[in-house]
Amino acid sequence: MIAKSGSKRWVSAADAAAKKAGVHVGMPAAKAQALFRGLMLVDADPVADAAALERITLWALTIYSPIVAVDGIDGIVMDTEGADHLQGGELPMVTMIANRFLSRKLTARVAIADTWGAAHACARAISREAVIVPSGQTVKAVEKLPISLLRLPPKIVGDLRSLGFQTIGELANTARAPLNLRFGPEIGRRLDQMFGRVAEPIEPIRTAELIEVARSFVEPIGAAETINKYVGRLIVQLIDELQKRGLGVRRADLIVEKVDGTRQAIRAGTVKPARDIAWLTKLFRDRTEKIEPGFGIEKLTLVAVIAEPLEEVQRSSSLVEEEVTDVSPLIDIYGNRGHKVYRLAPLASDVPERSVQRISAAADPVEIAWVGHWRRPVRLLPRPELITAIALMPDYPPASITWRGKRRKVKRADGPERIFGEWWQRDSEMEAVRDYFVIEDESGERLWVFRSGDGVDPETGSHRWFCHGIFA
Amino acid sequence: MTAARESVILDLRERIAALETSMMKKAGCLAFGVPEMDAALPCGGLAHGALHEFAGGGSGTVDGAAAALFAAGIAARTKGPIVWCLTRPDLFFPALAQVGLHSDRVIFVESDKDEDVLANMEEGLSFGGLGAVVGEVVRLPMVGSRRLQLAAERTGTMALAVRRWRRQTEANDFGQPTASTTRWRVSVMPSEDLPVPGVGRPRWFVELMRVKAGECAEFLVRACDDKGRLDLSTGSADRSHSPGRSVHSA
Repeated sequence: MIAKSGSKRWVSAADAAAKKAGVHVGMPAAKAQALFRGLMLVDADPVADAAALERITLWALTIYSPIVAVDGIDGIVMDTEGADHLQGGELPMVTMIANRFLSRKLTARVAIADTWGAAHACARAISREAVIVPSGQTVKAVEKLPISLLRLPPKIVGDLRSLGFQTIGELANTARAPLNLRFGPEIGRRLDQMFGRVAEPIEPIRTAELIEVARSFVEPIGAAETINKYVGRLIVQLIDELQKRGLGVRRADLIVEKVDGTRQAIRAGTVKPARDIAWLTKLFRDRTEKIEPGFGIEKLTLVAVIAEPLEEVQRSSSLVEEEVTDVSPLIDIYGNRGHKVYRLAPLASDVPERSVQRISAAADPVEIAWVGHWRRPVRLLPRPELITAIALMPDYPPASITWRGKRRKVKRADGPERIFGEWWQRDSEMEAVRDYFVIEDESGERLWVFRSGDGVDPETGSHRWFCHGIFA
Repeated sequence: MTAARESVILDLRERIAALETSMMKKAGCLAFGVPEMDAALPCGGLAHGALHEFAGGGSGTVDGAAAALFAAGIAARTKGPIVWCLTRPDLFFPALAQVGLHSDRVIFVESDKDEDVLANMEEGLSFGGLGAVVGEVVRLPMVGSRRLQLAAERTGTMALAVRRWRRQTEANDFGQPTASTTRWRVSVMPSEDLPVPGVGRPRWFVELMRVKAGECAEFLVRACDDKGRLDLSTGSADRSHSPGRSVHSA
């Protein structure tokens, strides 16, 4: 990738193969060409790059966090506070982000840190995919990093280098006054921002299509009832706007701007497009108590981040009303509290642990059902537990078993129910067989046990016994 | 004399009923369809708009298998969606489908903490319009159960709490008072005898340990069928049946 500045042509990006040949970023184009014959040069297109970055940023806004912005020319910054638990925590979230990019053949570097500055520096310095700087350890993480990651103008970085500064740590430990005199307040500001001494609010990205309603307050508000009142009014406004465009909201963000320049965001999602005042109010009211007003709130903004067309449905009016309760508001309440909400549906598989899948709670009704000829236990153990059994081979049920240290004499038994491995899932299941038995002990407890293998051919399994479920 | 006593009792009953919330009467109740069991319950069945508590006996206190299936059978006979709140997702749905609970009706809410289960149950109860709200909980404190009972009374939704402990020794907690309307213990019993080797229809020993305005009772029942119905099993009657059947089949 070649960029032009004035008459100078230089390398602005290089892929792994080019780097191996010795091409590095910042090298004059002519020199790179001299290094390697047949080097493919592509002219950089900063406008298209910026547009693509903005698209990615908008995508991140709909998925990860309410406050997302473009960071420089090559990055995205997100305020993930209070948003990570929806993705299962910080580590799963960063891994997932990196994997999402990988699946599109893009390499991403992800860093989470206390401040924008620290995350910016760490993301660009690491060689791994992702890093999480623990809270309060920013200084340790960034002191060894080069000063070029401090988001300073290139001129200042060059001058600092010629003065002998290499790392951020060195710069931070130098007296501030001479630096200020020589370079202006920029260095001090960036350092303070990195170490969190100065707040650096992120101005979230917005497009023309986003439906947004806002309310600024002359006098900062702070009381819970007042916040609730204005949130309610904003919702009514937002619904009006949505109604004009025939849309329903799928995801809405409430952004709270406080007097001290900090922002807090609350996100609420719905399982299907909603334009119901009571429904949305309930979702936000549920969590307005989480808002910390601090010195007071200056501005409340409500944004419909994802809006989808809402189809009006004609209600049939028959004399005999068949009431079907729409539970999607309830699903939303649970979902926004961070609980897992799902339905279970059959999956065409004979292997018990594979025969159940989780589907979205709001998914369409499932037509198929489990085949109900055979008894199934109420509790299925997370994984089969090894038991010792005394049984007559090849196909008699066990006469007695020992499970979890307790010996049980088998009084009655049913079986075997033979389940074959699914060779299309894994090669090792080609021959695998499980023989399931329902057994009942003297006290009436019923268990689901199986023998791996058919009892004759050692190819089909180890012939060891397992307990897999508990009947009622 | 007896007539006078009857009228006094009738009068007292009416006065007590007037003191109780009107909602409970309006919501009605769900009969088991087993005359002996329904007779033991004050309104002839499990009241809608009330909290009912179930626990297993023996090792069932830990796995809660029979208690869960008992609750599922009741939920299957209600109308409307079911919300099932739990922390340990080891329920195997095909078994629930076999007692007549369709998978489309059940929405599972899985949370990390026991307290969240109670909060989720309360949310589901106060939503209204659901058939039943089932929760698998370890601890059911007085305050928590009272909240569930009140929320259930308000909307007329049935609340079913399945108690499930971590260890069998913790289960003596079941003696602690709660605000639930009925309290049941469901223990597994040896299954019915079949004329051939094999496991017959499972049987449960169901103890009604506490019921408001009623007396404790215990029943030996045959487990839920494919519609979630129970069936009274009288041990002696069965024994007299089985040889007859075997003679017939022989």
